[in-house]
Amino acid sequence: MSLIIEVNHLSKKFKNNYAVNDLSFTVNEGDIYGFLGQNGAGKSTTIRMLLTLIKPTEGDINLFGKKLSSHRSEILRQVGAVIEKPDLYKYLSAYDNLSIFAKMSGIKVTKQLLMQQLQMVGLHDRAKDNVRTFSQGMKQRLGIAVALVHNPALIILDEPTNGLDPQGIADMRNLILQLSREMGKTVLISSHLLSEIELIATRMIIINKGKKMVEGNVAELLDPAHTLIEVETLDNIAAKRLLLQSAWAPYVQNNNQLQLMMDKKNVPQLIKYLADMDIQMLSVNASHSLENYFLSLTTQPGHVEFASN
Amino acid sequence: MWNLLQIELFKISKRPRTYIAFVAVAAIVFIFQFAFKADGQSYMDLMLQNVKDSFELEKTKAINGYFMCYIILNTLLIQVPILVALIAADSISGEANMGTLRLLISKPISRTQLILVKFAAATIFTIFLLLWMAVTALFFSLLIFGADDMLIFRTKGEESQILQITKDDIMWRYLAAFAYATVALTVIAALSLLLSIFAENSIGPIIATVCIVIVCTIISNINVPIIDRNVKPFLFTSYLVGWKGFFYIGVSPQGVPIKGSVENWPAIRNSLLILIAHIFILVGASIVVFNRKDIVS
Repeated sequence: MSLIIEVNHLSKKFKNNYAVNDLSFTVNEGDIYGFLGQNGAGKSTTIRMLLTLIKPTEGDINLFGKKLSSHRSEILRQVGAVIEKPDLYKYLSAYDNLSIFAKMSGIKVTKQLLMQQLQMVGLHDRAKDNVRTFSQGMKQRLGIAVALVHNPALIILDEPTNGLDPQGIADMRNLILQLSREMGKTVLISSHLLSEIELIATRMIIINKGKKMVEGNVAELLDPAHTLIEVETLDNIAAKRLLLQSAWAPYVQNNNQLQLMMDKKNVPQLIKYLADMDIQMLSVNASHSLENYFLSLTTQPGHVEFASN
Repeated sequence: MWNLLQIELFKISKRPRTYIAFVAVAAIVFIFQFAFKADGQSYMDLMLQNVKDSFELEKTKAINGYFMCYIILNTLLIQVPILVALIAADSISGEANMGTLRLLISKPISRTQLILVKFAAATIFTIFLLLWMAVTALFFSLLIFGADDMLIFRTKGEESQILQITKDDIMWRYLAAFAYATVALTVIAALSLLLSIFAENSIGPIIATVCIVIVCTIISNINVPIIDRNVKPFLFTSYLVGWKGFFYIGVSPQGVPIKGSVENWPAIRNSLLILIAHIFILVGASIVVFNRKDIVS
């Protein structure tokens, strides 16, 4: 399996702040690679560097085994992208927008090809309508058609579900899965909808303040060994203090709730320990969603904390 | 490049604002033509009041198509830079404002290509605008007022002059004047393009272009020796009206106009070269700045 994206020690400094700091990751051929992080974590800056919108301060980017800085045009012919909002020429029709960007991608454009693409995203009956009359969801779908029209091997999607209704989100998910499984495309996707990433991504990276927190296979990262256990007691403060002074301390999460990130099989021992210490428990819930995992990583000391509710 | 230029011209042709300039030019020209058709005699009386005793002239023939075009160009070529800026200043900033700049840069075209194509498209727009001016100001005026010898009123130093050009010696001068004006207005397009790179909406670069043109024009018109020597030669606005040189007919030592001649060829040539140098510098600067720019919008 060949490497499609190889990012080595990538940094971007804006004035005195590093938006991306010494970031390295790899994306394999056929991966659906989830790119996760809070707002301001450096996701968009990284994606913009992958698309040559922003020049790195330090580090290298190799796409398809070639250095991006020296093989830019050759590489970008094989890349399709939706960058944040899919802004298009509002005074032009969907067909004209698609035609323009297809020609810019260096392919032979035919009416059949363009209508086929518009049909794929469900806009064939609005082909001649100006984009200014489109809803955000329709623009998003047209943006996807623009990204795919030149049949790229790598698709980069920055928040592709923005503005989509639940059906649109489900359609997008199916489209991404189809692109990967049936057409062998490599997809790098950033999204705030962690549950969506969880459903489709094969590998992922979580970044925070421009730095890599973790990278790996989704199945391994969401392993039961990383289950979030939420305990509710009559006196959570006392219970948390007690756990922090015990052998359970490394698993206790640094937030306002009584939560532990640990292997699910150790839950009975935890319950026994709390019972032995006369802690009166009301409930114990175990979950291992990507969202929990994400929160557990990004609320560690030294990282930005989420507001607890 | 040709493919990209076609796309750029297609986009310009589809934008309603493109046609504002053409409508504005037509409106101004037709107002001039209407006014002169209705009361051109008063204008000629005013212009000739100092020389009416020493200069024999059939005033009705003096207001002809050639003369009308000269009067219109004299006024319009000062305002047209604003119309050129409307399109050229939107080149990059308009894309940034719409959000399409991100998509353009992520396509397999170089930033240098993109700037050159934007500049070429703005230049072609300028050429079309001047062709439209030629059609409305020259050919429509000839249709309405007819053709005859042309009078040019000129102030040279302290003295006022009236130059007369025979009608068979005029058309080439207009062709040359429009060609010169194209180069002059292309400088404005190049300036607008450069300013456009720094902004994320087109209003800023349009206003900045107009301000620069106004300030430089004012400085170009300040008649103080130190500014004449040290500042004016470097201002493009000092050369924008150089097209008039084609209508300053050369005269023999006996004071007889020489058909097919101009008074000062070297001055016209030098002005043209300086304007072309401005274009190269401004487009070159646009390429350098744009290639270094991070697209964060």
